[in-house]
Amino acid sequence: MVKKLPPVDVVLVGFGWTGAIMAQELTDEGLNVLALERGVWRDTSTDFSVTNAQDEVRYRWRSELFEELSRNSLTFRNDRSQTALPMRKLGSFLPGTNVGGSGVHWNGLCWRFLPSDFNARSHNEDRYGPLPENMTVQDWGITYDELEPHYDKFEYLCGISGKAGNLNGEIQPGGNPFEGPRSRDYPNPPMEMVYGPTLFADAAANLGYHPFPTPSANMSQAYTNPLGVGLAPCTYCGFCEKFACGNYSKATAQTTILPVLMQKPNFTLRTESMVLRVLKSRDGQHARGVEYVDTNGDVYEQPADIVVLSAYVNHNVHLMLVSDIGEPYDPDTGQGAVGKNYAYQITSGVNLFYDDKVFNPFVGAGALGMIIDDFNGDNFDHTGLGFIGGGFLVQSQTNGRPIETHPTPEGTPRWGAGWKKAVRENYLSSISVGTHGAVMSHRGNYLDLDPTYRDVYGRPMLRMTFDFTDNEHRMSNYLTDRAVEIAKEMNPREMKVNRRTGHYSIVPYQTTHNTGGTIMGSNPRNSVVNKYLQSWDMPNLFVLGAGAFPQNPGYNPTGTVGALAYQAAQAIREQYLRAPGPLVQA
Amino acid sequence: MKRMLLSLGVGTVLVAAAPAIAQDNDWSEIQRGLYLVRAGDCAACHTVKGQAPYSGGYSLETPFGTIYSANLTPDQDTGLGSWSEADFYRAMNEGISKDGSHLYPAFPYTHFTYATRDDIDAIFTYLNSLDPVRNRVPEPDLTWPLGWRFLMTGWNVMNFEDETFQPDPDRSEAYNRGKYLVEGLMHCGMCHSPKNVIGAEKGGDSRFTGGTAEGWLAPPLTGGPREGIGDWSEEDLVAFLKEGRNARTIAFGPMADVVKHSTQYMRDDDLQAIAAYIKALPENDDADAGETDEIDDDTQALGELIYATQCSACHASDGSGVAHMLPPLKGSSFVQADNPQSVVKLILEGGQGVATDQYPTQHAMPSFAWKLSDDEVAAVATFVRNAFGNQAPAVSAEEVADYRH
Repeated sequence: MVKKLPPVDVVLVGFGWTGAIMAQELTDEGLNVLALERGVWRDTSTDFSVTNAQDEVRYRWRSELFEELSRNSLTFRNDRSQTALPMRKLGSFLPGTNVGGSGVHWNGLCWRFLPSDFNARSHNEDRYGPLPENMTVQDWGITYDELEPHYDKFEYLCGISGKAGNLNGEIQPGGNPFEGPRSRDYPNPPMEMVYGPTLFADAAANLGYHPFPTPSANMSQAYTNPLGVGLAPCTYCGFCEKFACGNYSKATAQTTILPVLMQKPNFTLRTESMVLRVLKSRDGQHARGVEYVDTNGDVYEQPADIVVLSAYVNHNVHLMLVSDIGEPYDPDTGQGAVGKNYAYQITSGVNLFYDDKVFNPFVGAGALGMIIDDFNGDNFDHTGLGFIGGGFLVQSQTNGRPIETHPTPEGTPRWGAGWKKAVRENYLSSISVGTHGAVMSHRGNYLDLDPTYRDVYGRPMLRMTFDFTDNEHRMSNYLTDRAVEIAKEMNPREMKVNRRTGHYSIVPYQTTHNTGGTIMGSNPRNSVVNKYLQSWDMPNLFVLGAGAFPQNPGYNPTGTVGALAYQAAQAIREQYLRAPGPLVQA
Repeated sequence: MKRMLLSLGVGTVLVAAAPAIAQDNDWSEIQRGLYLVRAGDCAACHTVKGQAPYSGGYSLETPFGTIYSANLTPDQDTGLGSWSEADFYRAMNEGISKDGSHLYPAFPYTHFTYATRDDIDAIFTYLNSLDPVRNRVPEPDLTWPLGWRFLMTGWNVMNFEDETFQPDPDRSEAYNRGKYLVEGLMHCGMCHSPKNVIGAEKGGDSRFTGGTAEGWLAPPLTGGPREGIGDWSEEDLVAFLKEGRNARTIAFGPMADVVKHSTQYMRDDDLQAIAAYIKALPENDDADAGETDEIDDDTQALGELIYATQCSACHASDGSGVAHMLPPLKGSSFVQADNPQSVVKLILEGGQGVATDQYPTQHAMPSFAWKLSDDEVAAVATFVRNAFGNQAPAVSAEEVADYRH
């Protein structure tokens, strides 16, 4: 028996970064907003205290902040010749659950994509000729300049620490000279740099590259954001990614928006409420609300004038598919867009071991490092390289957590006295240079519904079909070669090169940078949402998050996820509410 | 968007239908009453969290037993619905209920008696504008023979003067307004003055020399730079009352509720007046703590270690904290109070700063009760009381044990 609840103006599905941004903006507009979150309430003071936030067993290894797979997972295969099997344990990516979502446990690298990233197909074809047939890279249908004010808004909400490289077209020394023009500098200065990143920066500069400090959502100093919410200075404790910050020092929904939002009488948060599907109007032209189940197993119908999907990427795609909204992508014909262009990130690295240097790796922060962007996007000439796209190279001192981080040289035994000796000798005196590369979309990488496996609610599970292609391998090898060159210039005793080879594996942790499946674009034939993240099929349905990325550039996604959410919110406030209907004519 | 449009429509109709001047006057009288009800922080005792505002039933634990606050909504049977303006004035001014019985002085009529008839009428007008809520409040549960209300007559003879405020013509307007608020509706002395054995505030030189509230120290308002607010400027006081924090400290515990429900809503000119009056109170010179206990090397080393590992990330190595977010310990009156109650309780139980419109973030200090032993809490408390230029008596493990529960 489904209980029908009183209607609201807006219902949000999922209450992480994008849900909180949308709720803050639309409640400011006077709308009555309800957020449905499958997880529980979490706040800094009550759940992430400094006395227990840095618990590696509890959070990293027992996954307290990550999503629970026993009720709803996905199935995985590398290609269509295989049979997908359910993911029973998280590995390659670690989506969050509970209030604040994955944003609670991010490292805090907050980027803007390059202007040329937004027209990846036309830009690369103009410069290098037609892309390979099965590379389904698309333009975004939006430009960097359109997004700039929204990037700015998100960065000032978060208090990003960094150094501008391009202020209104003027290149700034010490910043990233390749970035798009910014209307103003970062709200906070860069983090205090530790030793390792400075070695990397010096070596990179010697080789003619352009090092700059990582744009960081870890606070370099106390910051009060435009909403009046206060973030405290980072203590460099080294527990960011996979952890919640106990010191109010990392920008999350909790530390930037919720203290204001939760006080608003026109906002309601309902936790432990798992949305099962979007409900369609009788004519199928509009969303009329959502159906959700609580932890008692009671099912509710929540009518709403506007439905916003603000869950993690795979859940947004899943909801579209199980709700039968839009046309599912068919890899045979290339028709349909829901589930199309699933992409990820490709990473590799080099470990450097020294005899004569001490790095104190336990002094760290998620986004504490020096970076070069010389090999990202189309910042370098790809002629004859056999790939498009790129990534950044970084020396980052994120942590010295004892279970997770203890690099050992080539040839070290994997356990026993020899391993212990190597850990002891190298713990303080090793660093790494990482590469963080783009994944271009490909005809055979996509998301659809699994024909066999169902979740605990009886819905077909989402099926992920994904592998790295030649483009990724060539690009990642190229980036790794550059990393090795810089590492040599850093003059270590020895190095260990960790290339990403072979098929993509869902087992070892890589990044929680899953993208695509509800991609944005300029027309309904090749995309799910328009540039305002509004569904082409249902004008009162908006789909937020990195699912909108038509392919995944070589940066961490959160900055663009935040900017797109602000852009969508502004479109609802300034255009949709005046004339509810399609904001872009198909 | 129908609902949004509908609510806009309703708003328009209301505006159009409110031409009568009499109603305008009522509205402004109600608003004035609301302002005064907030100044008096009536909600602190008369609103139970989760219940209708001002519907009473809040239990006040006193040394003499439990008293339940009255239902102030205009319900005929259980609230003030049958009260006249004169009844209400008598209760506020003399502590006598509509039926002639004496009210217990947990209800601060000893302060409210200062308030003018005009202000009390406005408060009554505001309370009458509330929706009536039926909530019968339990009878007090007091130690014999205090259940006999007529005994209050004797208490009043000793401790109560029925005196409406008279401005002092030799003092500034701000001082007089501040005194009217502080001594009257705001009833600051209820916490910030020490009490005698029968629960009345001590007068004379003892006034505003500090008291306790719900197990926390209420610092002296007369204090010097060490234990009190002697070196606060009027601007520091105004910021504290308006925003719940200033560069020196953050309101937590019972004072957080006072800021949240009362002082943050007060007008700047009233806050300035309050500051002017408080700063004009006589100051006790407490800059030197006098003889402080000798601290042995082991305790000092243990305290220093715990401070470095557990405290310094937020409060900084030099005790300077982060202004408006993480309070400085250097120069803190709570830390240096002769009585270590608050600093020990904060370490054991933690605390949370107040959220105000200006500063919505409630930065919190976690509990260390599970993590530190009595010896360790005593050592770190002793350390912070005597580091960064602070000065205060040492804390013993036995004292810490007394505050654990």
